[in-house]
Amino acid sequence: MAILILAQHDNKNLHPATLSTVTAATKLGDSDIHLLVAGYNCDNLAKGACQITGITKLLKADAAHYEYFLAEELAPLIMDIIQKGNYNHILAPATSFGKNILPRIAALLDVQQISDVTHIIDENTFIRPVYTGNALAKVQSNEAIKALTIRATVFEEAAMYVSNAAPIEQVQPIPTVKQSRFIQRETIETERPELTTAKIVIAGGHALGSIDDFKMIETLADKLGGAVGATRAAVDAGYIPNDAQIGQTGKIVAPDLYIAIGLSGAIQHTSGIKDSKIIVAINNDENAPICAMADYTLIADLFDALPELIEKL
Amino acid sequence: MKILVPIKRVIDHTVKVRVKDDHSAVDTDNVRMTINPFDTHALEEAISLKETGKASEVIALTIGPEKAQEQLRTALAMGADRAILVKTDLPIDIGGIQSLDIAKTIYKVANDEHPNLILMGKQSIDNDANQTPQMLAALLDWPQSTFTSNLTLLEEGEEDLEVAREVDGGIETLRIKAPAVISVDLRLNTPRYVKLPDIMKAKKKPLEIMEPKQLGLSYDTHKRVVLLEVTPPTERSTGIKVPDVDTLINKLKNEAKVI
Ligand SMILES: Cc1cc2nc3c(=O)[nH]c(=O)nc-3n(C[C@H](O)[C@H](O)[C@H](O)COP(=O)(O)OP(=O)(O)OC[C@H]3O[C@@H](n4cnc5c(N)ncnc54)[C@H](O)[C@@H]3O)c2cc1C
Repeated sequence: MAILILAQHDNKNLHPATLSTVTAATKLGDSDIHLLVAGYNCDNLAKGACQITGITKLLKADAAHYEYFLAEELAPLIMDIIQKGNYNHILAPATSFGKNILPRIAALLDVQQISDVTHIIDENTFIRPVYTGNALAKVQSNEAIKALTIRATVFEEAAMYVSNAAPIEQVQPIPTVKQSRFIQRETIETERPELTTAKIVIAGGHALGSIDDFKMIETLADKLGGAVGATRAAVDAGYIPNDAQIGQTGKIVAPDLYIAIGLSGAIQHTSGIKDSKIIVAINNDENAPICAMADYTLIADLFDALPELIEKL
Repeated sequence: MKILVPIKRVIDHTVKVRVKDDHSAVDTDNVRMTINPFDTHALEEAISLKETGKASEVIALTIGPEKAQEQLRTALAMGADRAILVKTDLPIDIGGIQSLDIAKTIYKVANDEHPNLILMGKQSIDNDANQTPQMLAALLDWPQSTFTSNLTLLEEGEEDLEVAREVDGGIETLRIKAPAVISVDLRLNTPRYVKLPDIMKAKKKPLEIMEPKQLGLSYDTHKRVVLLEVTPPTERSTGIKVPDVDTLINKLKNEAKVI
């Protein structure tokens, strides 16, 4: 029996959530772990990825129609691999990549997927948050193949071991289905650490009031070497692109330090920050829900406190 | 162009949900129920496509209890032309029927109705699974667009739709062929408020009720993935107030040791 992991990457670099997913796989018993790297011109990436501790084989499918990871193209490939293999678990990170592709596979396999797993109790039993994190559901799967997406922030990233690389097996691509076509991706280039794995996250809310003032959040983040996060209200207002949104419908973060500035702490937001070690709230309303969950609360006008904080750090 | 919009009855997002003392479920008695927020954006998109002459008919569909007719009436009041309830007494939030059964139900209805587009919320705020649209697209063998924040119908070219998707790292634009399944995000549009006269009008619109077995279905996902227990999350311990920025910096450096 073996576990198949769908690697998230951009043809050059592995997404760190892939490494957390490998760690999750190691908690499912001592099956073989196969990592599927499907992409285009991803030779170098595969050579690096086969050094991840825990994986026993790397499957590489390289073709132009896998360049943008379209679900319609990847699904027949993954189905082919599953049908030829002997898999009891299929895992993907619970990111926009994994959420997009894995349910499509689960339906083709006729299995009920389990999303956003945060605890693995045994190979059939899992815990996952429901109701915006207001409740935790413990579920047991009776499916022959368990399809799971993994919440990356709760599993350590697997390490890389140069000396002990897993073999790379080339997988024959499946002809393109051409149901959809990639046009472009507007990515936000940044020198800052990746939001979901950053040790420090500075998040701004609607109260920042403008694109210009939101820059103070970025300045503070840069001073501390952290990443920038935001609420939906701040993204909706156009202060920052959607990539920074944290919460139920955005990203999940779990840094050592999370500073919430001018945001109220609605459950849809705080469900994405709950596992942070230290939470700081800077708000002018002591009744804001964020203050009740913060380790340190500073009741102040952010337009005074934030410049002072930037200055003194 | 015919548009099918599957919607779900959920606890209103402003309600503080409570886990039952026996840890069997979340308390859904006497709490305010609404249409899943994401689904209202799907409805809005479909209805505005009809209003601008690009769609001919909008059908709202739900799988749920008898009472889910309330949500269908709201969809009709927003502007859907007719509605279908596939009635089940199994729980639909957690522990009952899950996305694979829901996807199979929508698949059956789609086979009867032949929509060109299925617009639906990207996830429901109870089970938070984010699966049904992708599963449905697989069953139909249609292309999918998930996390959609913009949708444009194309007049010419090889594809029929251009979509913008909110993905890790930014916004992705795809062109896809219809028929397709589109799962929508909140930034797609701003749903309209329902006015009283529309609610009156909606009472006269057709609402069909059927049983899963009429569609040849018998639900079993609650046996495939069994809910063992529901627990409240652990609360964070309460923190302290700091009087000024200096104290805050001092605490972060010397007490929490995080900077
Ligand atoms: C289905 C659904 C999904 C959602 N998903 C998400 C999600 O993923 N992520 C998310 O973030 N939200 C999400 N939301 C929205 C969420 O419910 C809140 O509306 C949003 O998080 C509020 O953003 P905010 O805290 O920035 O704004 P507000 O709630 O307006 O809070 C502003 C805060 O700033 C404080 N303030 C004002 N002026 C000052 C000042 N001068 N100095 C200091 N403090 C000040 C106020 O006291 C207040 O606490 C979702 C909502 C729904 C319905």
